[in-house]
Amino acid sequence: MIFGMVVVTFIPRVLPLALLGNKELPESVVIWLSYIPAAVLAALLAPSILLKNSSLYLSLENTALIAFFPTLLVACKTKNIFYTVSGGLIFYLIASALV
Amino acid sequence: MSQREENIINKNFTKKFNDSSLKAGSKDALPIILGYLPIGLAYGMLAVNKGLTPLQTTAMSVFVFAGSSQLVAIEMIAAEAAVVAIVIMTFLVNLRHLLLSASLSLHLRNLPLYYYPFLGFLVTDESFAVAMSKIENKKKKQRYFIGLGFTAYLGWVFSSAVGAFLTEFINFGSGGALDFVLPAMFVVLLVMQISSRSEIMVAIFSALLSIFFALTIDGSWNIILATVLAAFLGVYISGNS
Repeated sequence: MIFGMVVVTFIPRVLPLALLGNKELPESVVIWLSYIPAAVLAALLAPSILLKNSSLYLSLENTALIAFFPTLLVACKTKNIFYTVSGGLIFYLIASALV
Repeated sequence: MSQREENIINKNFTKKFNDSSLKAGSKDALPIILGYLPIGLAYGMLAVNKGLTPLQTTAMSVFVFAGSSQLVAIEMIAAEAAVVAIVIMTFLVNLRHLLLSASLSLHLRNLPLYYYPFLGFLVTDESFAVAMSKIENKKKKQRYFIGLGFTAYLGWVFSSAVGAFLTEFINFGSGGALDFVLPAMFVVLLVMQISSRSEIMVAIFSALLSIFFALTIDGSWNIILATVLAAFLGVYISGNS
C-alpha cells in the first residue's frame, strides 16, 4: 500500500516539473484541479462529524458535531492549524463534559 | 556542455555546506517546520492509535511525504477501506501538486534531468508557497529549492516519528478528544483553502455528496466520488460566472 501511495504521490509532483516546462494546461483542467483540495477536505470532514457506525448521527449527544461549530469559528478567525486544533480539543472536552 | 555541468556539480558537492543558495533555502524552511511539528506529531499519534506500528508510520512519512494524503490514508485504514481506494484517494489528494509543480517548472528549467525526481519529491503546498515568494532573486534556484524542501522534509519525518514512538511508549489512549484532532485539522485546512464563494459551494456540495455516498455505497468510495463530482460543479460554476 505504501508503495502504491509512493507512486501516485510521485507522479503528479515530478512529471509536470520534468515535462511541462512552459506548456500550459487546458484552462478547464486547471480550474477543476483548483477545486480538488476544498472538495476533498469537505468530503472527509462531513462523515467524520455527521456519521457514526455508518448512519447519520444528528443529535445533541454528538459531541463532535457540537464542537464543530466553535472550532469552525476559531478556524475562520485565526486560520492557524495549532490554535484551531487545540481550541477544537478544548471545545470537544467541554461538550463531552456537558452532555 | 555536459562536462561543464558535471564540473559545476562536482564543485557544488565539495561546497555543499557553504553554498549560500542551499543555506538560504534551509533557513526559509524553519517556519514550515514549525507548522509541520503539530501536524506531524498528530499524524504519528493517530496512526499508531489506529493500529500502525511506529516503524510503518515513520516509513510512510519517509517515502510518501504528503501530510494530507497520509492523514487520509490512516483514516481510511481505520475504516478498513480497500487498498485500491486508498491509493486512488492518495492520487486525487495529490493531483493538486500538478498545479504547483507546473508553475514551479517556470523557475526550474533547463536543468539536467536527474534533478527533477529530487526537486519534484520535495514539492509540497508549503515549500511551494515559500518558494514562489522567494525564489525569484536566488542565483541557483534548484539548490535553493532543494535546501528548502529537504529541510522541511526532515522536519516532517522527525515530527511524525516523535509522535509515533511517543504514542507507542506512552499510551495516550484512543477515543475521546483525540478522535477530534483530525476533524479539527480538516476544518482549518478547509478554511485556509477557501478564498471564493464558488469554493464554499463546492465544499458544501462535496460534504453532502460524501454523506450521501457513505450511506449508500460501502468502502470509503464516498470521498473519491464526492471530490470528483464537486470539482466538476466548481468548473460548471466558474464557466457560468
